[in-house]
Amino acid sequence: MSTLIFPRPRARSDQDWPGYRLLVRAPLRLDCGVDFGPFTIAYQTYGTLNPDRSNAILVCHALTGDQYAADPHPLTEKPGWWETMVGPGKVLDTERYFLICPNVLGGCMGTTGPQEIDPASGQPWALSFPVITIRDMVRAQKLLLDHLGIGSLFCVIGGSMGAMQVLEWAASYPDSVFAAVPIAGAARHSAQNIAFHEVGRQAIMADPDWCGGRYLSLDRKPVRGLAVARMAAHITYLSEAALHRKFGRNLQDRLAVTYGFDADFQVESYLRHQGSTFVDRFDANSYLYITRAMDYFDLAAEHGGSLARAFEGTRSRFCIISFTSDWLFPTPESREIVHALNAAAANVSFVEIATDNGHDAFLLHEPELFETLHGFLNGCAEHRGLGRRK
Amino acid sequence: MAPSGEGAALSFGAAAQATVAPGAAGELRQDLRLIAEMIEPGSRVLDIGCGDGALLGYLARQKRVDGRGIELSQSGVNACVGHGLSVIQGDADRDLQAYPDGAFDVVVLSQTLQATHRPRRVVEELVRIGRRAIVSFPNFGFWRIRLRLLTTGRMPVSHCLVYPWYETPNIHLCTIRDFVALCDEIGVRVDRSVTLDRHGQPYSLDPRGSLANLLAEQGIFVLCGSAGL
Repeated sequence: MSTLIFPRPRARSDQDWPGYRLLVRAPLRLDCGVDFGPFTIAYQTYGTLNPDRSNAILVCHALTGDQYAADPHPLTEKPGWWETMVGPGKVLDTERYFLICPNVLGGCMGTTGPQEIDPASGQPWALSFPVITIRDMVRAQKLLLDHLGIGSLFCVIGGSMGAMQVLEWAASYPDSVFAAVPIAGAARHSAQNIAFHEVGRQAIMADPDWCGGRYLSLDRKPVRGLAVARMAAHITYLSEAALHRKFGRNLQDRLAVTYGFDADFQVESYLRHQGSTFVDRFDANSYLYITRAMDYFDLAAEHGGSLARAFEGTRSRFCIISFTSDWLFPTPESREIVHALNAAAANVSFVEIATDNGHDAFLLHEPELFETLHGFLNGCAEHRGLGRRK
Repeated sequence: MAPSGEGAALSFGAAAQATVAPGAAGELRQDLRLIAEMIEPGSRVLDIGCGDGALLGYLARQKRVDGRGIELSQSGVNACVGHGLSVIQGDADRDLQAYPDGAFDVVVLSQTLQATHRPRRVVEELVRIGRRAIVSFPNFGFWRIRLRLLTTGRMPVSHCLVYPWYETPNIHLCTIRDFVALCDEIGVRVDRSVTLDRHGQPYSLDPRGSLANLLAEQGIFVLCGSAGL
């Protein structure tokens, strides 16, 4: 029976990857209580920091994103994940702003994560890697910005898990955030989303090649489990309307169903492709750790149960954006953030963009999104003394 | 900018949707200009149903107010945010509860009250979150509307009330006298009122008198909570 087909993995030569690395020597106290370190933060930058150091934008990536927002991915050679947004003359204008995009703690593109070698054992960390949180990721990013000498960010922006980091930044370091743009996000991960993540994790852990997480030491790779996790997750990033528009019930390279379990339907073929290419660029244990970080995220809980308290006294300018067809981080989640910001008398704008692209809309060509962001950033830039542009 | 269905518009007609460029002084719609005159420089202002931000933009530039807006239409919100205004997509029925008491010096509800689902609750919220509230609305007691109903026996359609009955967003129309009675009932004090004629020209008539209710096409009221903060 046809199942998933995996191309031969490329050799990893991550020392040749573009971008920068920061080695943090002093240990970082994590939410789980571990003093973690030394560790590495891999990051990429775009544009030039101005002499006032006032034009820096921190770009926070999503669950399976990385620091290559606007570079070809070194493993897949595909365009950067936010090339729609980042570049000269684009919304995040690299001729005007200095963009920093770090790979999150626990990631697998150069920042220390479970696939890196634990100096104590000489083996990959695997499940001995400490469980990290969104706040830990943000703490690590703060160390990076301190290292770069950027005390105040013009803007922190990100979609999905990136939005969680944006909110955490705004709550933890309000004086370092002039403008905050959480897109398609939430102040806490919903039960439904935790449930989907658990399906993905169980798929990985059910793969015999996962080996209790020690697959790297044993020269194996749980590609089947990771691919199934990706397939399940990928459905949640789309919308019924988008799936129908793209695939409907169309058959894949055949005129009739085959009365078997081959990928008869285009949508099956598409999902299998999504799954099998994902394993090329992502580490299964990283997937476990980062989904867990999202599950644990609950900004109100970090502030005594009150989301408004998380933003008390904030002087940051917020632009909250959601998408009509996003059922993973639906608009009511964003509206809750807006209401909390209102309760904190914060300066907030909020737009729900009409689109059938689902959660993934933040990565796609959405003219209304670009227009809103362009206007918001321009207004903020004016207040920041960065001038105004058409 | 036309609303797509019942409750879809915060404004009461095409004429009410601000179409001038934000901040273009002098081109501000007459009732908005009168409202702007009532607002002190440097105040904190919430404009509910702010359209494309004409009033907020004007206030920001001319009076340096700290302005926020709420608008239902995506195009309106985008226009506002695109001009650097802080506006959220939302409506008066749903999105006022979160604001703390006295969050604003002035809350403006211009030509929107009649499109809300619970006008009484909305007025209560206005005077709770604003030290003052400025409310403007079309007067259904205006003599031309009365005459039209009397002579044609059909729901009035005018340059202010442009929608036929079956697709109007204006589900809670009232007269000036109705509005004053509501304020009395919920203990909201009317600090000031201005009535506008057909051409948007203001004239002062006692809002409790029957003349105002007959001659005014629109009313603008400045309210404050009974506590008189």
